[in-house]
Amino acid sequence: MKSAVIVFPGSNCDRDLATAFEAMSGSKPAMIWHRDTELPDDIDLIGVPGGFSYGDYLRSGAMAARSPVMQAVAKAAERGAYVLGICNGFQVLTESGLLPGALLRNAGGHFICRDVPLTVENAQSAFTSRYGAGESVIFPVAHHDGNYFADPETLDRLEGEGRVALRYAESVNGSARNIAGILNEAGNVLGMMPHPERVIEAAHGKTDGRRLFEGLVEGLLARA
Amino acid sequence: MKARIFVTLKGGVLDPQGKAIHHALEGLGFSGVNDVRAGKLIELDLADGTSDEDIDAMCRKLLANTVIENYRIEKVA
Repeated sequence: MKSAVIVFPGSNCDRDLATAFEAMSGSKPAMIWHRDTELPDDIDLIGVPGGFSYGDYLRSGAMAARSPVMQAVAKAAERGAYVLGICNGFQVLTESGLLPGALLRNAGGHFICRDVPLTVENAQSAFTSRYGAGESVIFPVAHHDGNYFADPETLDRLEGEGRVALRYAESVNGSARNIAGILNEAGNVLGMMPHPERVIEAAHGKTDGRRLFEGLVEGLLARA
Repeated sequence: MKARIFVTLKGGVLDPQGKAIHHALEGLGFSGVNDVRAGKLIELDLADGTSDEDIDAMCRKLLANTVIENYRIEKVA
């Protein structure tokens, strides 16, 4: 199984995500710099990490979405590679058009850094197969721009197609329909604001995120 | 040649920054403010002859996110 984590100037969750990939798959992901134009051949899993890429200049994720490596990510996604964007990574995926909608400033204007309860809405996806449908989990969030926005038609389509993977179980940041994470049409790209990579081992205090990575790796190993 | 790009949030898109500015104005005692929307001004210094199509493409591809923002181009001499 080949995985990679994209590193932008200002990424700060890249090593956490790499640790999660390595802990579950047993192999180290390639760390890919934003200026690189190619990913390893036959890449299976790409992580787009959290942080403040390019200092959040212009809009969160806007510059990163236009960096050279993202064309390679888009190509790999089209080929069926799994792409997991967390926090700033979610913002990068919406800015690059791999996922619909946009992430606005939190409704209350505050940076929010706390554990939040979530509901797993779609437990059929490659990312959520180890969870039960409707299961409650707790992941930490740490973001200023996590307020998911899309026009009503897009929201209806996301809901109708089962592409709302995760929903906040309480009002957190003003997100439309409390959306916390969405899938692309093919189901191989997931963007989410909460941080599963921060809750994968007992020392983290919680382990709810572990099954997301376990499920992904299990699916990939079965596919190989 | 210079161009000014005004980027504003679409109507209906929540603007917490505008709201905070509104509250601050009220805090200063200005009572007649009905609403505040904050946007961005981006000034481009362009080679002479840069086409309108190119400037528009710059807006669509990077300067504005048309999911949530509108833009207006103002060319300055």
